[in-house]
Amino acid sequence: MFVVDNVHKSFGRHVALAGVHLDTRVGRTTALIGPSGCGKSTLIRVLATLLSPDRGEVTFHGERYAAADLLAVRRRIGYAIQSGGLFPHLTAWANVELPARRAGWKRDRSRARIEQLAEMVHLTPDTLRRFPGELSGGQRQRVALMRALVLDPEALLLDEPLGALDPLIRADLQRELRELFDELGKTVVLVTHDLAEAAYLAPDDIVVLREGRIEQRGTFAELRHSPADEFVERFVEAQTARVRVLVEGGS
Amino acid sequence: MIARLVVSVLMLAACVARAQDGTIVVGSKKFTESVILGEMVTQLLRDAGYDADHRRDMGGSRVLFEGLIRGDLDAYPDYTGTIRHELLSGLDLPPDADLAEVLAREHGLAMTKPLGFNNTYAVGVTRATAERYGLRTISDLRAHAGLVLGFSNEFMDREDGWPGLRTAYGLTNPARGMDHDLAYRGLESGDIQAMDLYATDAEIAYYDLVVLEDDRAYFPRYDAVILYRMDLAARAPAAAEAIERLAGSIDAHTMSAMNRRAKIGDPAPGGPDAAPVRIAEAIVAQDFLAERFGITSDARVETRRDILWRTTREHVTLVAWSMAAALLVAIPLGVIAAKVRGAGAPILWAVGILQTMPALALLVLLIPLFGLDAKTAIVALFLYSLLPIVRNTYAGLTGIPGDVAESAVAIGLTARQRLLDVELPLALPTILAGVKTAAVINVGTATLAALIGVGGYGQPILTGIRLDDFGLILLGAGPAALMAIGVQLLFDLAERLVVSRGLRL
Repeated sequence: MFVVDNVHKSFGRHVALAGVHLDTRVGRTTALIGPSGCGKSTLIRVLATLLSPDRGEVTFHGERYAAADLLAVRRRIGYAIQSGGLFPHLTAWANVELPARRAGWKRDRSRARIEQLAEMVHLTPDTLRRFPGELSGGQRQRVALMRALVLDPEALLLDEPLGALDPLIRADLQRELRELFDELGKTVVLVTHDLAEAAYLAPDDIVVLREGRIEQRGTFAELRHSPADEFVERFVEAQTARVRVLVEGGS
Repeated sequence: MIARLVVSVLMLAACVARAQDGTIVVGSKKFTESVILGEMVTQLLRDAGYDADHRRDMGGSRVLFEGLIRGDLDAYPDYTGTIRHELLSGLDLPPDADLAEVLAREHGLAMTKPLGFNNTYAVGVTRATAERYGLRTISDLRAHAGLVLGFSNEFMDREDGWPGLRTAYGLTNPARGMDHDLAYRGLESGDIQAMDLYATDAEIAYYDLVVLEDDRAYFPRYDAVILYRMDLAARAPAAAEAIERLAGSIDAHTMSAMNRRAKIGDPAPGGPDAAPVRIAEAIVAQDFLAERFGITSDARVETRRDILWRTTREHVTLVAWSMAAALLVAIPLGVIAAKVRGAGAPILWAVGILQTMPALALLVLLIPLFGLDAKTAIVALFLYSLLPIVRNTYAGLTGIPGDVAESAVAIGLTARQRLLDVELPLALPTILAGVKTAAVINVGTATLAALIGVGGYGQPILTGIRLDDFGLILLGAGPAALMAIGVQLLFDLAERLVVSRGLRL
């Protein structure tokens, strides 16, 4: 699990994180949400070791980033982003295989793992032989997910994992993703700008950020019925109409 | 320190190479008279029983003089005025200094007695221009400041050329630098009205030019001499004697006639209207030696097929070595520029500066290090090939989309793995485009290697320009163009083989 202690991060004059405290729970899914510029992407990139905080400390299962072998930490954390971040010169299969190969896995072990993951995300072997440029957005996202999971990481970080998809495919993938999270039982932190998605994928633990600070953390019901302040109230209200369709109307 | 060590090793290697191979190397500049004189020296040495090679059409006095001092050449023809005012200008010699003595003392070089003609500079105009403006002396040009002067590039730059002439006569006419052989055509077409000439130029009679009198006695004497290395006496005892036979044996009229035979041709046997037949310099020299000394000398004339075959081999050697070295150095340099903080700007700046250096200047700078050798040309071509490859490697690596670069970090690759597995493969199309640019430029620039006498397609081009022989120019320019296209196709093929299909979608 991640522990974030008083983390600050600025880019020039822009303050992205202004003293964030957060601890995630093992095997649970946490959603970071807020308007654009609230710091949610910066926070997840700090968790992924891609940015180092100006001040404060991050630990993963007790290991302090400032003192850790980051390479080893990265191999224990899966990370996937909105556009997939797939390597265009490698086939889907090779994209998924690369982290395993470079972590020293034998070919047979990689193959078995990739076949298992392909089944899990519903991709055919034929699809995996293609290059990213030959895949649909949804397929790319599934491949990115496979790549994030190939080393069987303890935690999964997803930055707007479904942001680039059109609504219908997105709804399908949201469903699959929730099943996957349940099946894997991993610690997941995901960033989204969509409250409906957050409520659907992480109904028990939603973190609302605003201007680099955590405004409120709670279940969807708590956010909705007892917002911490006016900002959360307005933020939730503005998006609730869509939540009804997905979370309540759908069930 | 390391550079000095490398240089000494190379120089030692060069000395050893020469000592083992007893061939005497004669040089000549890229104008007909120099080539004929060089050919005479070469054939006289062969007649004296030595192996002698003639490296002809080299670019400029400084190149040959440096080569002679270094020992890359053993002899070459030059002129006293050039030696005094250009080659030894740093010494500030008094007017009555004994050149032979100075050359021996300063550089260990010997100089023959004058060959017998004074090929000084002169300024010439067409007969029509002379009559229209009433030009008889150089001073007369002052009254017609609108007349455009076209001077050979060397004449434009050298102290005893245009700068001195302008001051001595107070001329204000516009002057343009151009190739000497093109200036004749400029006179004919009317682009220029006056040009620099040599007193023994074949064209003076051919074009019916009027030589303006040097009424202020500005031009110094340009007595033709042969310069050679004093150590030749130890290696080839009879060589100096053979070379000295030329002293006092050629007068201006004879030289001018020989220039005309080589450059314009003998009147054809078919009568006055038939096209003149140009005679190879080697044959002109051979005929002279036969007539003057009764020698039947060994004149080697290459057929066009020989030339094509030889220059192709030379050109391929230059391009292949310089490109291979450039690839080995430029790609890592580009990687460093892209990866090491603060290294990018200085590296790109440095290779950019190299690119702005004129080719001949770079060659002259490199001669003291590598001699009149293919090595010099290869190093120069290597330096010119760096920029496109370094810049494209840098651009390819820094242009990788942020999310892709970040993913490579996040999935736990080491810096080395990121570079080899992700970044270089993604930058490859851009890098290859730079390599292609470099190779095509390289093939073209390699023609300049002929200026230091190491051959390649530039040699027939230079000779062709000198003789106004379009066929000979094509013999160099044609294959050079074909090679450029071939290199391009080769790298297109390489691109298909090494660039992932995923990047061509």
